[in-house]
Amino acid sequence: MEKGEEEKPTKAGSRLCCICNQRRAALKRPKTLQQICRECFYEVFEEEIHQVIVENQLFKPGERLAIGASGGKDSTVLAYVLSELNRRHNYGLDLFLLSVDEGITGYRDDSLETVKRNEIQYGLPLKIVSYKDLYGWTMDEIVKMIGLKNNCTFCGVFRRQALDRGAALLKVDKVATGHNADDIAETVLLNILRGDIARLSRCTSIVTGEDGPIPRCKPFKYTYEKEIVMYAYFKRLDYFSTECIYSPNAYRGFAREFIKDLERIRPQAILDIIQSGEDFRISTFTKMPEQGTCERCGYISSQKWCKACVLLEGLNRGLPKLGIGRSRGPNNDRKNGTKETNGAKSIESKQCGTLDF
Amino acid sequence: MACNPSNCQSNCYGNEEKAEVVVGEEYVSANQNQNLCIKCKTKEPIGGDEGRMFCIECFRSNLYGKFRLAVTSHAMITPTDNVLVAFSGGPSSRVALQFVHELQHKSLKNFDASRDRSLPVFGVGVAFIDETTISPLPSHDIDRAIQDIRLIVSNLAPPIKQLHVVPIENIYSGDGTNRLKNLLDAVSDTTGKEDLLLHLRMLSLQKVASESGYNKIVLGLCTSRIACHVILATVKGQGYSLPADIQYVDSRWEIPIVLPLRDCLVQELNMLCHLDGLKTVELLKGPCSGINGLVSSFVRILQEENPSRECTIVRTAGKLTPFHFNRILESDDSVIPLATRRRQKRYNLKPNESISSESFCPICNSPLNKSDMLRLSNLGSCQTSSDSFGAACCSSCRFQILPKDPSSMDHFYSLLPQPLVARAKHSSYDNLSLLREQIQDCLLSDSEDDS
Repeated sequence: MEKGEEEKPTKAGSRLCCICNQRRAALKRPKTLQQICRECFYEVFEEEIHQVIVENQLFKPGERLAIGASGGKDSTVLAYVLSELNRRHNYGLDLFLLSVDEGITGYRDDSLETVKRNEIQYGLPLKIVSYKDLYGWTMDEIVKMIGLKNNCTFCGVFRRQALDRGAALLKVDKVATGHNADDIAETVLLNILRGDIARLSRCTSIVTGEDGPIPRCKPFKYTYEKEIVMYAYFKRLDYFSTECIYSPNAYRGFAREFIKDLERIRPQAILDIIQSGEDFRISTFTKMPEQGTCERCGYISSQKWCKACVLLEGLNRGLPKLGIGRSRGPNNDRKNGTKETNGAKSIESKQCGTLDF
Repeated sequence: MACNPSNCQSNCYGNEEKAEVVVGEEYVSANQNQNLCIKCKTKEPIGGDEGRMFCIECFRSNLYGKFRLAVTSHAMITPTDNVLVAFSGGPSSRVALQFVHELQHKSLKNFDASRDRSLPVFGVGVAFIDETTISPLPSHDIDRAIQDIRLIVSNLAPPIKQLHVVPIENIYSGDGTNRLKNLLDAVSDTTGKEDLLLHLRMLSLQKVASESGYNKIVLGLCTSRIACHVILATVKGQGYSLPADIQYVDSRWEIPIVLPLRDCLVQELNMLCHLDGLKTVELLKGPCSGINGLVSSFVRILQEENPSRECTIVRTAGKLTPFHFNRILESDDSVIPLATRRRQKRYNLKPNESISSESFCPICNSPLNKSDMLRLSNLGSCQTSSDSFGAACCSSCRFQILPKDPSSMDHFYSLLPQPLVARAKHSSYDNLSLLREQIQDCLLSDSEDDS
């Protein structure tokens, strides 16, 4: 329903909340365009997430759960809402904040300050794992060596592993990430555009990596980005909203803009894309890479060495191109599936590997 | 990222860098004497973006080759057929008409030359859906367009093809002009209105084909349009039914639909119209608005940025599991030439690779997914017919076409053309038990009454 234009302009505040019918409507809910009051917004926002958690049985009582916390809006709201719901509905979860310090001066050091404040505000123990400790390199040092091309590849590969290693150190059973409905809708579209049928078939799963060491889940799978921002805004949550200095333009990709345009015409479209993604039936048996372990570090890997070790080897030997694109490395006996990041910039939004589960 | 020219069935050319990697030496050598066609290596290639690598003859034969391969390997047109080409006047359907005509012309020549005359020549008709009554365009413009279309069809060499100019309101028995207008007015969503019109167009094609004795309908849908449809269906939440719409053959309709230009890009079709001086009539389609317009401009920009994008989109969606009706039913094997039958074995679906679905949305005729069927089977029996019609629709049509306000549902229902109403009756009452069987694993209790 193209409601945008249809809605009659009424004087602000003159209308009652269409949920409680008592208080004055304070906002138009992005997902449904209903005019509701702040209190009802908090309630439907939190209740929807609770329902997603219950229906998908995301957590079991007594589990230890790490919340991937970057200090950004998604993870800050996630930490806040999860600790709130855990209390309210007795999930029985042991919650932790888990942050990755990539070593980016002027970006991550500031956002980590936010996470440290969150640690105190929400009373959740925080664990920070740093690239420097794990790999001996900070992103600043990596960029100094390789420049601003392909640096997101390093960051993405390292972060993925760093989260798992941090989770292992915390001895948690699961990791929850702040991926929201917009992110997932975008991933569905991107996988269609780039012909990645294997990822298309699994990118809408709410839990991933169940066969890996520590499964990840996305409690915000059906939560709109706009509502997360709205929630953070009204609740005056303390979050950090600066873009990474090494990929300043990466965030606004063409696919993302398309989704925003769609949302403007029809808010339901974001949910519809996710619905489509869930309903797709993949006919050909898509070959999943065999899972083994890295001969060097023992991390899960489909190759002889895991991607992080290949990249690291390149850095340490002064050959940073190793493992990027089709170059040859220790795994040269097999075709390397890495995609080049530079060609795709215009359609992708989150370059930094955050969507690669 | 990009469509790989070596395994892309649509023969798109990718961009030059990519081609260089894959074609390797051959390409490099062609590149050295840049001015030669990459296929015959003797003539100059034609200008323009898409055809730049082929000379006129090779471009033409390549395009016709894609059409012919699609037709023969899916038994789209066999000697005993009588096919109806849906002709809008645009370049895609113009090429479809031209190629079907050439195929018919060739088989006529073979027929005349053969002694035993064992293979009859298939028949061809042309249908144009006249939307004068609901179009914002002035009627004299449309009249002129129809005159042009008559000329195009009558100028084709024999055998003579009958042209059916069908007013869209003919989907109603009696004078349906007002009911049609009111029906479209009752849809508030812009995108929903456009889509409903699309479904009504298909309904009128089916009607004329059925009444005039055709047994196949040829649509000019090309890769570019299908790529748009893939994104559109995704965005409208039709991921389940999407594979039904994008195969070479779609026989869920009374008269099966075939898409022989599925592997051709719209740029190629435009180029052919331009090169061969095929006259097209373009003023008929108003600009798309709403979601349809947004998606088509999105795909167009992506295609400009990477010339193989549309191919990649269609290839990705092509890997989704098709439905059992996405093939010509092999009931009359004897009339299909042996060579085609052999090829068909290679290309045609095996039953176990497809989804069988028995329930369809009465508006868009999409197969219903599990949640739609669950809702349908939970319906009580004491429903008014308009309510049960609404319940039988897919969630996408319920959202964008059916009225939001339940009180206007009766009015909307009263405006629907009879065939749509009949579809709902068929699907909702006759096979409830069948529905139940398919969703058995989702039901919590065994007894009917609990729901």
